[in-house]
Amino acid sequence: MAYTKRFDGRAFDETRPIKAELGVVENADGSALFAFGDTVAIAAVYGPRQLFPQHLQNPQKALLRFYYDMLSFSVKERKKPGPSRRSLEISDVATQALEPALMLEKFQNCVIDVYAQVLQANASTRTACINAASLALAQAGLPMKDLVVSVSVGKIGESLVVDLTKEEEDYQEGGKKAATDIAIAMLGKTKHISLLQLDGAIKPDELFKAIEMAKKAAESIYQAQIKTLKEISKKWV
Amino acid sequence: MQKKIKEEKEITEKAIEKQAEKEQKEKQKLIVVPGETIVSGMDYLAGEGCIREGKDIVAIKYGLATIENNLVKVIPLGGTYMPRVDNVVIGQVVDITFNGWIVDIFSPYQSFLPLAETTARPRQDISEYFDIGDILVMKVKAVQPRSVTLTAKEKGLGKVTSGLITRVSPVRVARIIGKKGSMIATIKEVTKTKIVVGQNGLIWIKGENAESELLAKEAIELVAENPLLDGLTEKVKEYLEKKVKK
Repeated sequence: MAYTKRFDGRAFDETRPIKAELGVVENADGSALFAFGDTVAIAAVYGPRQLFPQHLQNPQKALLRFYYDMLSFSVKERKKPGPSRRSLEISDVATQALEPALMLEKFQNCVIDVYAQVLQANASTRTACINAASLALAQAGLPMKDLVVSVSVGKIGESLVVDLTKEEEDYQEGGKKAATDIAIAMLGKTKHISLLQLDGAIKPDELFKAIEMAKKAAESIYQAQIKTLKEISKKWV
Repeated sequence: MQKKIKEEKEITEKAIEKQAEKEQKEKQKLIVVPGETIVSGMDYLAGEGCIREGKDIVAIKYGLATIENNLVKVIPLGGTYMPRVDNVVIGQVVDITFNGWIVDIFSPYQSFLPLAETTARPRQDISEYFDIGDILVMKVKAVQPRSVTLTAKEKGLGKVTSGLITRVSPVRVARIIGKKGSMIATIKEVTKTKIVVGQNGLIWIKGENAESELLAKEAIELVAENPLLDGLTEKVKEYLEKKVKK
């Protein structure tokens, strides 16, 4: 049986409903919540601030540190809190995904800390975290060339889909894993890719098609981010 | 003949309209996000918070874009304090060294107040002058790549011994002071307090009693929380006068 209709009834190129909010962490310099359906992430930005130990300081630019973690109640089986192999890897790739948008050379010897926490997980958590971080960094007043948008695409059975859920990630055909998931992050305006991770198998021409789909979905997420940033300010008027 | 006059009239009308449109655009405060094109055209100049990308002026910060005399600026809605020479700042002593004090001024860089930049005479124990935890009003003397040097030699600078300290986001300081100090003058006048606004967002309020100090603090918070409101000075004045009468 091929995967012709999605489990939650969405169109193949449709993301789950997006929810974004600014200023959720009061004590942070910038913070945001971002949700794809029931995948919810919050990000808090602190800094630029002085970096210790001193040997980590870079006299040419600021250091960006991204901490990704899933809260223990975010998944069905309790997740042991604290860094793991998986969370360290995601922290690392997310840092690299955000760096091209930031003008780090303006804050020499400093550090900018981004803490991203997953409140509720239903796949695509890293993409939600990157989107939340992008909003939080903007709210923190940091100089940025662009916003960063992130979305996951994948191949379930024989069809290409956007924004996978956990159910789709675990999709099987004939007792074999038949799902490929690709996390993509790109700059909002130029659509230059800053993160591309692939888990599974996909043909090269299908990968290009998937990337095109991601770019299309990214545009709508980019517009959602802009809308969030512009709306919060309206509250004050 | 009449046709010609009519044509000329139309041209001048169009020019007036264009001018009005331009002025309207200049007056408008736009909320921009990083990467957004504010205006395009070679006759505009990129100021603070934006850069030129080919023909366009692009925002690099999330904030309010203003265009004045073809100079485009973005006033950020958030951010930390970056020290500049001659800024008045308020900070807290966090450490004492043999020749001065290390002061936290809520900026990314460490700041130092040398003994020579105060009216204190060198003694064995300089903590007699300023101790850890003391709040000081200072001026930025120099900004080096790694550290900031402060001074407390001038009149009006030194230790804060009484009153109230409140902290707002440093990007709101300009609004709290107002155009030519109008806002802060209003608050001072109505609440009968003395207020020193540090550029780093720390504000020292000194009044006759605690009530007036708290009222001034309330007014400052009101200004800090409404960065997009127009005619704030009038509103704050009204609000304060109502409270004072009570």
